[in-house]
Amino acid sequence: MSTPAPAPASSPGTVSADLEVITVVSKKTPIVLAVVTLALAAAALFGPQEGDTTFRLATRNDFFELPNVTVPAMGTTWTMVVLLALITAESTRRYLRTRTTPVWLVVVFAILAMIGFLAWAAAGSTLPVVGLIAGSIALAVPLVFGALGGVLGERAGVVNIAIDGQLLAGAFAAAMVASVIGSSWAGVVGAMAAGALVALILGVFAISYYVEQVIVGVVLNVLIIGFTSFMFGQVLAPNAEALNSPPRLAPYAIPVLGDIPLIGPVLFRQSPIVYLLYVTVAVVAWALYRTKWGLRVRAVGEHPKAADTVGINVIATRYRTLLLGGAIAGMGGAFYTLVSVQQFNREMTGGAGYIALAAVIFGKWDPIRATLAALLFGFASNLQGVLSVIGSPVPSEFMLMLPYIVTVVAVAGLVGISRGPAAVGLPYRKS
Amino acid sequence: MSNPDNPQPAPEAQGSPPPEVEEAPHRPDEDDRANGPWHHVLRSITTGNAAVGVLSVFLAVLVGSVLILATNEEVRASAQYLFARPGDFFTAAWEAISGAYGALFRGSIYNTRVDDFQTAIRPLTETLKFAGPLIAAGLGVGLAFRAGLFNIGGRGQMLIGGAFAGWVAINANLPFPLLLIVSILAGMVAAGLWAGIAGVLKARTGAHEVIVTIMLNYVGYYLVLYALSTQGLLQAPNTINPQSQPIPDEGQLPKLLGDRFNLHLGFVLALVAVVVVWWLLNRSSLGYRFRAVGENPHAARTAGINVGRTYVLAMLIAGSLVGLAAGNQVLGTVTSGVNSGLDAGIGFDAITVALLGRSSPLGILGAGLLFGAFKAGGFSMQASQGIPVDIVLVIQSLIVLFIAAPPLVRAIFRLPAKEAS
Amino acid sequence: MQLALRNVTKRFGSLVANDRISLTVDSGEIHCLLGENGAGKSTLMNVLYGLYQADEGEIVLDGEVQHFAGPGDAMAAGIGMVHQHFMLIPVFTVAENVMLGHEETGFAGSLDLEAARAKVREISARFGFHVDPDAVVEDLPVGVQQRVEIIKALSRDAKVLVFDEPTAVLTPQETDELMQIMRQLRESGTAIVFITHKLREVREVADRITVIRLGKVVGEAEPTASNAELAALMVGRPVELTVRKDTPKLGDEALVVSGLTVTDKDGLVHLNDLSFSIRAGEVLAVAGVQGNGQTELTEALVGLQDHVHGSIRLDGRELVGRSVRQVLEAGVGFIPEDRQVDGLVGAFSIAENLMLDRSFSAPFVRGGSLQLRERDEFARQKLAEYDVRAPGITTPVERLSGGNQQKVVVARELSRDLRLLVAAQPTRGVDVGSIEFIHQQIVATRDAGVPVLVVSTELDEVVALADRIMVLYRGRIVGIVPADTPREVLGLMMTGERPAGAVA
Repeated sequence: MSTPAPAPASSPGTVSADLEVITVVSKKTPIVLAVVTLALAAAALFGPQEGDTTFRLATRNDFFELPNVTVPAMGTTWTMVVLLALITAESTRRYLRTRTTPVWLVVVFAILAMIGFLAWAAAGSTLPVVGLIAGSIALAVPLVFGALGGVLGERAGVVNIAIDGQLLAGAFAAAMVASVIGSSWAGVVGAMAAGALVALILGVFAISYYVEQVIVGVVLNVLIIGFTSFMFGQVLAPNAEALNSPPRLAPYAIPVLGDIPLIGPVLFRQSPIVYLLYVTVAVVAWALYRTKWGLRVRAVGEHPKAADTVGINVIATRYRTLLLGGAIAGMGGAFYTLVSVQQFNREMTGGAGYIALAAVIFGKWDPIRATLAALLFGFASNLQGVLSVIGSPVPSEFMLMLPYIVTVVAVAGLVGISRGPAAVGLPYRKS
Repeated sequence: MSNPDNPQPAPEAQGSPPPEVEEAPHRPDEDDRANGPWHHVLRSITTGNAAVGVLSVFLAVLVGSVLILATNEEVRASAQYLFARPGDFFTAAWEAISGAYGALFRGSIYNTRVDDFQTAIRPLTETLKFAGPLIAAGLGVGLAFRAGLFNIGGRGQMLIGGAFAGWVAINANLPFPLLLIVSILAGMVAAGLWAGIAGVLKARTGAHEVIVTIMLNYVGYYLVLYALSTQGLLQAPNTINPQSQPIPDEGQLPKLLGDRFNLHLGFVLALVAVVVVWWLLNRSSLGYRFRAVGENPHAARTAGINVGRTYVLAMLIAGSLVGLAAGNQVLGTVTSGVNSGLDAGIGFDAITVALLGRSSPLGILGAGLLFGAFKAGGFSMQASQGIPVDIVLVIQSLIVLFIAAPPLVRAIFRLPAKEAS
Repeated sequence: MQLALRNVTKRFGSLVANDRISLTVDSGEIHCLLGENGAGKSTLMNVLYGLYQADEGEIVLDGEVQHFAGPGDAMAAGIGMVHQHFMLIPVFTVAENVMLGHEETGFAGSLDLEAARAKVREISARFGFHVDPDAVVEDLPVGVQQRVEIIKALSRDAKVLVFDEPTAVLTPQETDELMQIMRQLRESGTAIVFITHKLREVREVADRITVIRLGKVVGEAEPTASNAELAALMVGRPVELTVRKDTPKLGDEALVVSGLTVTDKDGLVHLNDLSFSIRAGEVLAVAGVQGNGQTELTEALVGLQDHVHGSIRLDGRELVGRSVRQVLEAGVGFIPEDRQVDGLVGAFSIAENLMLDRSFSAPFVRGGSLQLRERDEFARQKLAEYDVRAPGITTPVERLSGGNQQKVVVARELSRDLRLLVAAQPTRGVDVGSIEFIHQQIVATRDAGVPVLVVSTELDEVVALADRIMVLYRGRIVGIVPADTPREVLGLMMTGERPAGAVA
């Protein structure tokens, strides 16, 4: 056992932990950077490509058209390898002098690595940058909703493995409600209710009956797959006209904003659900850190007994937060049937809930970072799609694997220590 | 997820262990600290009583029946004039329910509608065939549970194990039974090593095995898919489908009851695995250490047990048991070749089997047989009554949910609460 | 304000934790609640604070009967509590912790952190605390965290303040300061309930004393009462604070520790260059306030710490760098400080627990297979020998009382061939009868020629067992002194001061 020994106070009221401290710097950063650099170098060395790579930055309807950028593929890749090697060397130098590598350097590294990789992978073709990014956002929307739902549950101390079930239930309810009522917004409301219902079941078992939360989550996912597939086969498929033909929530270009080059088509020519997403991310991030509600939610997830002793109702707070998270995840489910596909199908989320869960952890339980992680995962899967269309040297399976490998690397602590809410997964019981 | 960097969830403030042992007989937060987050699961899995089990199955079947009724055309039609002619409603309801469960029984135990015994008993052999891999994989999940590990990675382990077993069977060119033995072992070793990744990462870095095994499911899936779509790896020659060649006869698990029945040796291997795991957990020193680490890793470590090594060993063995299930599938049940759907949901079913069986080898045997019967019967229910086989998933997961919450079941049936221990 | 408890009874199953307890506290008064560990003090306070509901009896404030459904009600009624285990969110700042539960808000429920900061500063100024409202609590020393707890209670205008075992984690100096704060609060009209089992503190600040034993009020006492009188009331019979033991028959230096330094993964140095030795047949007792490196010392000796520098030699063999198993097999017996976390597997039977550190080889394991007959025979024998009160060897240890659990640990460790015994807090949370038994066993081990290292935060235990006393302060040895060193000197040493004559 390694209980950290509390450092005793020295003199009255001084605020200092005054045990001696030896500076510890992780060697993980330079290692990870070196591995990425070597991987790109190996790709360029063993899979040399020919021709130029063109990055297309414009779409139709822009205010003005950005030019295409054409670069020689291998030259660019090798340039990037050299730059990456320099950054790695700098990071190693800092490690040897027990100094950490600044975050901005890692960000620059990531961008350069991505440019190098794209130049190599798309050699001899034209890469539609706007389509790539806009498509990533479309793929990421359910992931972001799911991740936000997950963040909320876990911040309140409840592990939410059932994100996938909430997405699926949301997709199912959205399709059915929107078809029956004939309004896609009614579908969105139905999806939120369905997600919240799944969260309620999770809550009853996990919060009220102390059942291990991972078990409930996993089993709930199976239950929802079984239930929606059963209903699909038994009810929806035979009556597809009446029950499984929801009206679409079509993309809506926001005037002016939608016409900005690069940013406009990426962010502001989307379905209203996506705009709802922007609002949700902002509101959740703000509320979690800046409001009384958020303070209490986090308190309940960190140290429920302490929250109880100041008069906060732990159980009710957990239920409310979990239900809210479920409703948000359910909204993500609506995206599948109201925007992407427009009809419900068996297991149509394809396990996206698990990627959302990965985003929660990779994003360190923070709404903004989890959103970015979900966007990254969306980008990876869309990149795979785009590259397989233009013909890429990387097998698509490896691109599809990427989010999962990234997450394993993240939880193994190789990209920095992630620390979740202290009481997550532990049911709260009074005497 | 509990904090991956700090396997000991300690929501207490910074104080050191309490100097005063209070008189309250049960301090849950204290228990959690001492035994890790899985403690309550393990407890509720390994103890508990049979009544709750039976009632859970009953409740789940009840809910399943309501679903069947609510979605049945005739029943709904007759419900609209329920008060005018209630008889119609009840007739329709009875027909729907008796039809469904009759088909379930005829599909899983004994077909009463045929005359010769051999045909009539065939469903039972189907049940045993489905039960084999469920039992083996259930043992894999259950054994990990006992060591305090949550193995959600059954699917990935099945896929990797099945791919290797299939690859060896197709490529090794050995005579029977050598080819069969080598293939099965290859699958077990591959799946064991795959699961071992999660064990090593947990031991070395504290990475939570739930997350790692879930993620490895997908990584494994795409790896196998890649192998299946790549000539020279697993893809059959002259095809563009992600599918391997069929398994040669020398590598197949022999049929137990002749060619009229599908039941193969895999079921016997699963039974052997039950005995081996029982001995391992209850009579071996390794199993003793598994349980000690599972119940209280801190005390185990203080007593000189290498907790990290124990996690790795537990995952290796757990994975190889799942690999046995994969061999069962690829070399016995579906011999037409490896494909990306070879796990047939068994990876996740295994979790429910282990939970229903309370992680004890004999319990897992029983649970595997029950869910095997559900599977066999579910397909016949779909074929003869048009009820989607997915209803089995619903019933199965409901059983596990109810089993996991005995107080809920007791409350529903107004049973007296079990005396607190 | 006057607080009165009338006939409060609280049961847990068949166990009566509080049996018709009555007491009153008035404004400007410090009322001490004195009792042994496990006497029912904390339960009573949890009832008062609304965390538990009383089965019978009532809580009366200024003549009005209260019904607290939860701590929120108790706080609203003016009751504040400084918990034994601080009820602070480690990752929150001081201001956030203080405002939690009664937040002032602005637009759309947004937090008014500035108001909370001002409140922290205002109360800090009033009592002379120096607490930074924006410091993150987990970075603060324990003594300061306790002040945050006090600020938290005062910020809710508490009229009755309950201190639950507040000095357990404090140095004597910090304890003195806390006493000063309590007096200051009394002067300002607060009614204070002070729960403790430390006699000296009681006599220093109490206006009235109520003694509880086994859930019942057994008497009231004046602050002028002697230690012996109070102790007798507390434990129900005159207690023997000394352990009968002969002069040690010292052998060679068996354990030689030199230059021992232990850090944690964050680089915090918990033990700094420790050097000492213990001779065969000698008890070296380690004294110090909790959290000054004792835990790290015992764990380092057994191989449980990861970042250890220096040397630990047992009978000439180096132990640093060996695995826990190798250390145990070298003949080190270890009684960990928290038996439920580190000593026992709660769900395992007594027999299974008795083989916990012998699961690799004979006699209990042969060829990888458990030898159940040998093990059960051994367990039956130890059950009788160590007087463990249990239905049988298959009883899960989690069903046993603290004293009997500890006897299982002691039986397991002492029944191996020992060359060193390391005992951390060997009698914490153990009933008086078991304490005597365990002390006798430790002394018997010493007399058999084994070197013994005992760690205890109870000075009485240290003095009773020690042949020599080593005092630790912030990871360093303050001094190693004879067992008959006066308590005042030991107390001073525990604050880090090295009196003349002490050998480092």
